Amino acid sequence: MSRENALINLIGIHKSFDETKALDGIDLFIDKREFITLLGPSGCGKTTLLRIIGGFESPDEGQLLFEGKDILDVPPFKRPLNTVFQKYALFTHLNVYDNIAFGLKLKKLPKAEIETRIKRMLQLVKMTGYEKRMVDQLSGGQQQRIAIARALVNQPEVLLLDEPLGALDLKLRREMQLELKQMQQHLGITFVYVTHDQEEALTMSDTVVVMNEGRIQQIGTPKRIYDEPENAFVANFIGESNILSGTMIQDELVSFAGGEFECVDSGFGEMQPVDVVIRPEDVMLVGEDVGQLTGEVTSVLFKGVHYEMMVQVGDYSWKVHSTTMQPAGSKVGITIVPFNIHIMHKEESSHEA
Amino acid sequence: MKRSWFAMPYIAWMAMFTIAPLLLVVFFAFTNADGQFTLINLRNFFDPTYLSILWRSLYLAFFCTIICLLIGYPAAFFLASKDFAKNQALFVLILLPMWMNFLLRTYAMMSLLEDRGIINNMLVSLGFERLELIGNEGAVLLGMVYNFVPFMILPIYTALKKMDTRVIEAAEDLGANPFNVFRRVVFPLSIPGIVSGITMVFMPAVTTFAISRLLGSGNFWLFGDIIERKFLESNDWNFGSALSLIMMLLIIASIGLLNKADAKQEGGGAW
Repeated sequence: MSRENALINLIGIHKSFDETKALDGIDLFIDKREFITLLGPSGCGKTTLLRIIGGFESPDEGQLLFEGKDILDVPPFKRPLNTVFQKYALFTHLNVYDNIAFGLKLKKLPKAEIETRIKRMLQLVKMTGYEKRMVDQLSGGQQQRIAIARALVNQPEVLLLDEPLGALDLKLRREMQLELKQMQQHLGITFVYVTHDQEEALTMSDTVVVMNEGRIQQIGTPKRIYDEPENAFVANFIGESNILSGTMIQDELVSFAGGEFECVDSGFGEMQPVDVVIRPEDVMLVGEDVGQLTGEVTSVLFKGVHYEMMVQVGDYSWKVHSTTMQPAGSKVGITIVPFNIHIMHKEESSHEA
Repeated sequence: MKRSWFAMPYIAWMAMFTIAPLLLVVFFAFTNADGQFTLINLRNFFDPTYLSILWRSLYLAFFCTIICLLIGYPAAFFLASKDFAKNQALFVLILLPMWMNFLLRTYAMMSLLEDRGIINNMLVSLGFERLELIGNEGAVLLGMVYNFVPFMILPIYTALKKMDTRVIEAAEDLGANPFNVFRRVVFPLSIPGIVSGITMVFMPAVTTFAISRLLGSGNFWLFGDIIERKFLESNDWNFGSALSLIMMLLIIASIGLLNKADAKQEGGGAW
């Protein structure tokens, strides 16, 4: 998966802590100006991978190339990248100005230059006028902005962000997501972003890297990851889905839940066991007599934009999202259009979530 | 029942053993043997003998504090380091002396330094001359440092240990080499530990008495010894109280100074 002209190349990265495998053969390239997100549940190895790029951990095996040169032996303070840490890690003994100036003073920049850069940075993160404040007098969102400013002011080629919005409330988080994305596009810096929040990953990224148990599950654009999950883990982790066991009868024909369905996938072979993924919003409820399957609504939840209904068909309970509600107890038909049926190879390992 | 009632036992204790004695000290300091008000006790203090003893107490305590800091900071730094986290045995070894009574420790030091003590006997058996190791300021200083250095190590160790490692990583990330990480982040963040270490060493050091007598072989006195003698030997409670009062004011003043120094460095006393 490595590529000649990529900015960062990770090749065959392995890392264990004591007996536990944190990273198990990671191959990944990161392009210049890319917004790439490492997404996965806690313990999947995403933070470890970020810390390896930052220089705070070293892998047991593998290579880390930056512009083609291996930088694994380069200590963090000499790497051309900066990090926004989880919970910010601001210097509590310094005020806002000195926190942001920290990296610039070490580079022995002239005072006037430091001053203008900080001024510009504070404008960018909308914190002008806070220079003299101590950081522990700031709110979580403000500390977050200062942490971003402290890293960005050094004009790094790559910014590493470790769950930077994790401690903020939902509304603020959404705002900051947009602002971060704008900053990234405006400054043209490569962002490597770690999060466990799939919505955040889909909203902000150019590329999403879904990880689980130390391995990369899928790499792709947000749309591709959502629409074409490669395995049951990705399908389950990204959004909600109905995952059923089925058999690929032939190209573009699959059987599951006791019925045969046309689909758009091919190349799986004939009579092959597969996993079938159908998003809840792609399940259409129709009259009992016109559906491809029939079942009974067992529960209804109002979710704001839509209703979430559980529909029992045989021994599988379908999750259905729809803006029109069918009362619990009613008999309904289920229809799925061919291109909303996603076929995946059966998982070899047991990721059944 | 009101929660504040739980404080009653302690309040009673404090009234009996802190407030009442304090009032007595003030009372004795300003009265003569017949119980009449007088300033003579305070005036008597301004005598070259007492002033020079006070001066000696102060500078011995000062050097003791400096030496404790020079030994204690590296020790605390080492104890708090990652490499050391698993090695509890050494930690216990360093703090072990603290769990023993200071008189015991001082007697132990005495038996090392005496004219016919362990060190001198070893020197003689190796064919060297006996050294005068005891009965001088050096011996007293050594005894004080030996006794008080754990009180310097502990608060600094605590300050270093509770430091968020991410802050150190953040400094590295921003381009600080190990020396700059220490100078610009670790050291400033450990200042509260240093300040309380200095307080915990300087205060008992300046009021030291038994150490000076045991290791000074009675050759010279410290301020604490004088106070002890006034009470126990010359039975002059009035003058003894006056000296105690002066000592107390000195201590309060130095605590105030220390707090002020700390507040300045922390920009508002965040700790």
